[in-house]
Amino acid sequence: MEFVIDFILWGWSFWLVRTVVFTLIVVVGVLLSVAYMTYAERKIMGAMQRRQGPMTVGPFGLLQPIADGIKLFSKETIIPSQAHRVVFLLAPMMLFALSLIAWVVIPFDQGWVLANLNVGILYIFAISSMGVYGVVMAGWASNSRYAFLGGMRAASQMISYEVSMGLIIVCVLLVTGSLNLQEIVLAERPIWVQILLFPMLIVFLVSILAETNRTPFDLPEGESEITGGFMVEYSAMTYALFFLGEYANMILMSALTTILFLGGWLPPFGIDPISFIPGIVWFALKTASVLFFYIWSRATLPRYRYDQLMRLGWKVFLPFTLFWVVLVAGTLMSFNALPNQAVEVNPVQEVVEAVEKTIRIIEENVEEVIEQIENIGDQKYGPEENESNGNAEEQQ
Amino acid sequence: MIIQAFAFYLFAGILLVSALMVITARNPVHSVLFLVLGFFNAAGLFILLGAEFIAMILVIVYVGAVAVLFLFVVMMLDINFTDLRKGGMQYIPFGIIIGGILLFELIAIYSYWIFADSALQNIALPIASDVQNSEALGLVLYTDYVLPFQIAGLILFVAMVGAIVLTHRTRPGIRKQNIASQHSRKPSDVLEVKKVTSRTGA
Repeated sequence: MEFVIDFILWGWSFWLVRTVVFTLIVVVGVLLSVAYMTYAERKIMGAMQRRQGPMTVGPFGLLQPIADGIKLFSKETIIPSQAHRVVFLLAPMMLFALSLIAWVVIPFDQGWVLANLNVGILYIFAISSMGVYGVVMAGWASNSRYAFLGGMRAASQMISYEVSMGLIIVCVLLVTGSLNLQEIVLAERPIWVQILLFPMLIVFLVSILAETNRTPFDLPEGESEITGGFMVEYSAMTYALFFLGEYANMILMSALTTILFLGGWLPPFGIDPISFIPGIVWFALKTASVLFFYIWSRATLPRYRYDQLMRLGWKVFLPFTLFWVVLVAGTLMSFNALPNQAVEVNPVQEVVEAVEKTIRIIEENVEEVIEQIENIGDQKYGPEENESNGNAEEQQ
Repeated sequence: MIIQAFAFYLFAGILLVSALMVITARNPVHSVLFLVLGFFNAAGLFILLGAEFIAMILVIVYVGAVAVLFLFVVMMLDINFTDLRKGGMQYIPFGIIIGGILLFELIAIYSYWIFADSALQNIALPIASDVQNSEALGLVLYTDYVLPFQIAGLILFVAMVGAIVLTHRTRPGIRKQNIASQHSRKPSDVLEVKKVTSRTGA
C-alpha cells in the first residue's frame, strides 16, 4: 500500500517538476525576448532615423537592456500619498502576470506547448481582454488627472478593438474548424482561402497595434498630451512591470498573428526542402517579422486623434469584419469547403431534390390528386367550376 | 481527485467571499473589482465541471466587457455611496422576497421535485464524452434550441436599440467631422492658382 502511494507521489512530483521547468523556460524566454525587443526597437528606430541607437554598453550596445533592467531594479518605488495603495501596487503585478500566463497555450513547435487546451484561442482572447484591468486600475488608483484620463482612454480603446478582433478570429476559425491553436496551425488552407483571409490579416495587424496601445494608437500613454497616461505616477519596478507587460503582450500578439495567419512553426509557402530547419526557428522568424512591423509603424506614423481612433474601430473595422465573416462563411458553404465536413450535403442540391421529389409524387398520383381537388371544389363552388379550380391548385 | 476538491473549495471560497465583499465594500470601485474576482472564480468552477467553453465565454463577455463598462461608469460617476445607502432599509422586505424565491428554487432543484412528467423531457442531456465542449454546444444550439436562441438574440437586439434611443441625442452647435466629404474634396474645388504680376500685389 505504501509502495503504491509512494509511486503515485513520485509520478506526480515528476509531472510537477517537469511542468515547473518548462514554465520557467517559457517565462525566461519571454523575458529575454522582451529585453532584446527593446534593444531591437532602439536599434531599428535608430537606423530608420539615421542614428546609431545604443552603442556604449557591451559590444554594439548588446548589454544595454540588461543595464536598463538593473537600473530600474535598484531604484526607489515611489507611491503617491493620495494613491489607493493596494490597487496601485496590484495593477502592474496583474498586468505583468496576465501577459505571462497567456503563453501557456502558445505552440512553439509541433507538440511544444505547456497546456494543449481545446479552447486555446478563447483562452488567449479571455486573458488579453483582462489586460485592460491593469491599466484601468493603475489609472484610477494613482489618483491623478493624467493617469485617470489614460486609464479611461485605454478602457474604451481596448474594448472597441476587441470586438473586431473577435470577428477576425471567427473568420479564421471558420476555415480551421477548431479552437485548438495547434490544430489551427495544422489545418489545410488552399491558396484561395489564404487570399480570402488576407484582408483580415491586415485588419488584425492594425487591431493588435490598438490592443497593445502601441503607436499610432498609443493614446493611453500619449506623452505629448497626457504626459505618460496611466503610467505617470509609477516608478522603478512598478514601472518596469508595466513595461515588461506591454512588451510581452506585443510579442504574444505577434505570436498569435503567426499562429492564426502565417502558419505557425511550418516552413513558409509549404516548401518541403527547408523543413530540416526546426519549427521553432520558423516560428521565431515569423514572430520577429510581425514585431518588426510594430517598430516600423512606430517609427513611421504619427499618433491618431482619439475620435478618429474610435471611428476606425467602430465604423470601419467592425462593419468590415462583420461583412467578411458572412462572406467567408458563405464562400466556404457554397464551395462545400467547411472544415471537418460538418455539413456534407450541398444545400442547393438538397432543395432541388426536395422539389423534384414533390413533383414526382404529384405526377405519380396525379389522378388521385385531381380527384381530391375536384371533391374540394365541388364542396366549395359546386361542380361547374371544378376544372379550372383544380388546375390552379395543382400548379400551386 | 484531491487536487480537484482542493481547487473546488478554493474557487468556491473565494467566490463567496468576493460576492460578500461586492455588497459590503465601502468603495464602489472596490465592489466592481471584487465582482470581477467573483466572475473569474465562477469561470474556474465551470472548468472543474468540464465546461471550458462556457468558462472562457464567461471571462470574455463578463470580465472582459461587461465589468469593464461597470468599472468605467462607476469611476466616472462621483457617487457617495454612504448617502445612497441611507434609505436602503425600506427595500429589505422586497429583497427578502426575492431571496426567498431563489432559495425555494434551489431547494426544488436539489430535492429532485418534479412538477410534471413532461418536465423530465426538458432536462439537458449529458454530452457524449468524445465530443468537444464547443462542438456539443454547436450541435444543439442551432438545431434543437434554435427558437430560444433566436428569441434571446432578439431580446438583446431590442435592448440595444432601446439603449441607443434612450441615450442618443443630437446636440446643436457641434461641428462634426464628415470624413466622406473630406475625402471627396479635390484640389480643384478648394484651390485656385492665381497669376500675380509683379509689383501689383495680391
